[in-house]
Amino acid sequence: MGELKLMKGNEALAEAAIRAGADAYFGYPITPQSEVIEYLMAEKPYDRTGMVVLQAESEIAAINMVYGAAGAGKRVLTSSSSPGVSLKQEGISYIAGSELPCVYANVVRGGPGLGTIQPSQADYFQSTKGGGHGDYKQIVLAPASVQEMSDFVKLGFDLAFQYRIPVLILSDGVIGQMMEKVELFDQIPRLTDEEVAEKYPWATTGKKKGTERRIITSLDLDSNKMEEHNLHLQRKYKTIVENEVRYELIDCDDAEYIIVAYGSSARISQKAVQMARKKGIKVGLFRLITLFPFPAKQMQELCKKGVKGWLAVEMSAGQMVEDVMLSVKGCAKVEHFGRFGGIVHTPEEVLRALEEKIIGD
Amino acid sequence: MTEEIIIAGFGGQGVLSMGKILAYSGIMQDQEVSWMPSYGPEMRGGTANVIVIVSDERISSPILTIFDTAIILNQQSMDKFEKSVRPGGVLLYDPNGITRHPVRKDITIYQIEGAQLAAEMGNTKIFNMIVLGAFLKVKPIVLLENVIKGLKKSLPERYHKLIPMNEDALTMGMKNVVCSNSLN
Repeated sequence: MGELKLMKGNEALAEAAIRAGADAYFGYPITPQSEVIEYLMAEKPYDRTGMVVLQAESEIAAINMVYGAAGAGKRVLTSSSSPGVSLKQEGISYIAGSELPCVYANVVRGGPGLGTIQPSQADYFQSTKGGGHGDYKQIVLAPASVQEMSDFVKLGFDLAFQYRIPVLILSDGVIGQMMEKVELFDQIPRLTDEEVAEKYPWATTGKKKGTERRIITSLDLDSNKMEEHNLHLQRKYKTIVENEVRYELIDCDDAEYIIVAYGSSARISQKAVQMARKKGIKVGLFRLITLFPFPAKQMQELCKKGVKGWLAVEMSAGQMVEDVMLSVKGCAKVEHFGRFGGIVHTPEEVLRALEEKIIGD
Repeated sequence: MTEEIIIAGFGGQGVLSMGKILAYSGIMQDQEVSWMPSYGPEMRGGTANVIVIVSDERISSPILTIFDTAIILNQQSMDKFEKSVRPGGVLLYDPNGITRHPVRKDITIYQIEGAQLAAEMGNTKIFNMIVLGAFLKVKPIVLLENVIKGLKKSLPERYHKLIPMNEDALTMGMKNVVCSNSLN
């Protein structure tokens, strides 16, 4: 068993970055995720593993430092909260276009604009439908506990390098600020420059005599080649959809109704499910772990088992609910419930929404 | 066993750290714990509160509106959270500075003169440990020895010399908590 600690979600993510053998973190502070860079600065990872931690002059600088380091085959990450993540979108699009691996975290706060520093899940569209320009996708992992804030850093780097894709860890102010018990995984050694050069034939590690030039770019002025590149990206995304869907079903076996939620909303909804079960309502929880890829097939299977209604619970005006609708294809009623703008819904409110919007009709 | 608690008072009273020590104590006896603070502008000079859950099972929502126990350390928090105690639950408060005392008849109400006892002990900083001791007398959800273990784990080594004083404060709280109404 690994080391047990009581940590904030943000601290667990930072500690996991060091332990995952990351080479660098570039970031810029913003509430509610500033503990990430605070923890890293205090921990002095350069002394522990040689990992570089740098506060950039802006979020835009930070993401472009990530772009450069990723191009050199390094394990690199950044983190921010909603307004800061918006600033990073150009860089993310370039990283996706250049097929580079990186991990970044968004500890979401209420928007739009500067919004509020309180928790929100209103960045779902930005996270899963683009965010930056162009036909790209990124893997989106949604931790619902401090443990997952740690575990998903390691998983994120594995997926990022396997598919050469940006991986987003999408949490919110609840998961970032709360403390829970976390079992830390053992230190993974950083790769040496030689190991990077050998392992990643695409990385720009310095041209040796007699070897081909490696070019990191998202630009090709030949549209035929660019279409080919886009087709290649789409094939990759299809493979990811086929192989990397992750979710958790709680009390769904006999469920007549299902609540779909992710992150902190999933935790709150789980309590609502417990309360509903005590009242004899047969309801289950479909917790999304990957938001892209989205578990559409698994939802269709539940439809076939006769689910009568779906309630999408998210701290937004209704974003994920669109993917639930597309997935269940009209097999049953789908409704949305969520507070937003920094207000966190309570288990009681979720239960009331289930009774009024789904069961009551 | 699941115990859902809110601790609420002024920023600077040690509300958040009391919750943290309680959570660490739970970990020391293999329980699941969560600690969810109010964060942001509220913290700076205003009210501070934290929801702590200690359970034998996986914890669902870290955010709640109804609690088994409310530990209340100022008037604003009394006004806000007296109604949030589950019927049959517990409200523990320090009467110092409270002008509108709790009135509910369907919960058990306890008082601890935390601020006064801390002053008598010559250290106002151990106020929160006195209150924690009082809570653990009423609801012994974690063993005192595990609180001490939790303190050792959460405090940097250079502060370990303060642990005996914290232990005294916990004992002081345990001895001095009084029930101010009775359900029977």
